[in-house]
Amino acid sequence: MDKQLQQIRKDFPILNQKVNDEPLVYLDNAATSQKPNQVIDEIVRYYQNDNANTRRGVHTLGERATEEFEAARQKVQQFINAKESREIIFTKGATDSLNLVASTYGEDNIEAGDEIVISVMEHHSNLIPWQQLANRKKAVLKYIGLTADGQLDMADARKQITDKTKIVSIVHASNVLGVTNDIKQLAKIAHAHNAIMVADGAQAVPHMSVDVQDLDVDFYAFSGHKMLAPMGIGVLYGKADLLKAMSPYQYGGEMIDFVEKYQSTWTDIPWKFEAGTQNVSGAVGLSKAIDYLSGIGMENVENYEKELVSYVLPKLLEIDGLTVYGPQDADHHSGVISFNLKGLHPHDVATALDMDGVAIRAGHHCAQPLMKYLDLVATARASFYIYNNKQDADELIQAICDTKEFFKV
Amino acid sequence: MSLNGLNSLYREVILDHSEHPHHKQSLSEATNKITLKNPTCGDVINLEIKLDGDKITDIGFTGEGCTISQSSASMMTDAVLNKTTTESLEMAHIFSDMIMGKKHSQSDLDKLGDAAILSSIMQFPARIKCATLCWWALRKSLGDEDDD
Repeated sequence: MDKQLQQIRKDFPILNQKVNDEPLVYLDNAATSQKPNQVIDEIVRYYQNDNANTRRGVHTLGERATEEFEAARQKVQQFINAKESREIIFTKGATDSLNLVASTYGEDNIEAGDEIVISVMEHHSNLIPWQQLANRKKAVLKYIGLTADGQLDMADARKQITDKTKIVSIVHASNVLGVTNDIKQLAKIAHAHNAIMVADGAQAVPHMSVDVQDLDVDFYAFSGHKMLAPMGIGVLYGKADLLKAMSPYQYGGEMIDFVEKYQSTWTDIPWKFEAGTQNVSGAVGLSKAIDYLSGIGMENVENYEKELVSYVLPKLLEIDGLTVYGPQDADHHSGVISFNLKGLHPHDVATALDMDGVAIRAGHHCAQPLMKYLDLVATARASFYIYNNKQDADELIQAICDTKEFFKV
Repeated sequence: MSLNGLNSLYREVILDHSEHPHHKQSLSEATNKITLKNPTCGDVINLEIKLDGDKITDIGFTGEGCTISQSSASMMTDAVLNKTTTESLEMAHIFSDMIMGKKHSQSDLDKLGDAAILSSIMQFPARIKCATLCWWALRKSLGDEDDD
């Protein structure tokens, strides 16, 4: 298994280059993943052979494009174990998916005084749509807090979710703290209060096996680009009954049934939510990315990343003046590792590491309320994926040590 | 480690200013105050100026930021103290042009004092905002909001 993963680096040509005269060590996977040749080639194949607009024409290319788009939908359905393929809506990405839920289900169902419950560790994409909805509707936005080691406080979750709660929306895996939340348990709590459960799976689906029926979520959002697929394609899963009752998100071509001068009716799900020309090459690329990940096996992906974290986390914690945020033990930490060096701003850390060819993120990670909650301005963040290896981890550690030496911190 | 690369950005003068920033304090009698944030990283600068007529007779800044933003603010306060608003805004424009790679005469750059050394930032596009935040704060606090 490990051997198989050692081999896959050759599928990612972008990794084979020098940055600032040093071999590239790409550790910004929580921002976006790199793409294997298989996905890149698939997009080229689609454009060279089958490109046409979907669900519009009767000609052969149009049929092929439509077929491939719908096959991608089925691929996604199987990958996250949705009951039916019509529960899979293609979007631009997780942000778009979450905005869709807030501006359709949220707009239709939230009234003044209702509660929406999120957590302080949310990415802005699972925060601002709910914040603005709550402001528009005079509803109450509530936050679940964290435990001392940066995990979601489930006791607080039970307190915050009440009979007034209509929507609970929580991140499945954090893009800052490296924790994975118990969405299944949260869904149980939400449902016990007749609230719906929304999960932001942008950092989860690329790294672990996700079964939306087992989690019993009502909506689940994720992006293709963090899981080897191109940018600009994402998914919203929704339970069919909920989707059927919801208003459309956008209006335009191919989402209608009949259009008259002053009235229109909408077509069936999922197409009701897919107005205008769709990102077919993105969906085809996502389908191939799923094949690639399935070929490795999501359990193997998860185990391999665990192995990397078990290797690198203790080494990071050994560095004098380095603080890791979130759980300190590898068993509870994903491959997303946020840290700070005492006496040096994370932007300086990121620039220094870049000089060593090591690409990491620095900033607030689109989670300003979380930064405030942790009393931080910003952090550095290294995030691992399947093509990273122990050598990358060693390079990271070495680059951090070089940085400390240069800045004398 | 590409120490040369790091050395070209983090010159000794820059590290000195960031370790021992000049005028990093709040003023008791400020006439102009402004807070600016760098939305990409969350850095904040609070700039306070005491104007006597048209002259900056005192200046101070507080806030949090990286080595570049702190040293840039320190060097800027050195450069504009005891200058008129017109002179200061001219320096802000020279700085802005310099960082964007536009040519300036040596005599123009000399006006910036230590701050001229930040021209090295050009090679690090991701860090340009860190260096310019304080100058933007200066321009805004003196009522100069035009884009370049």
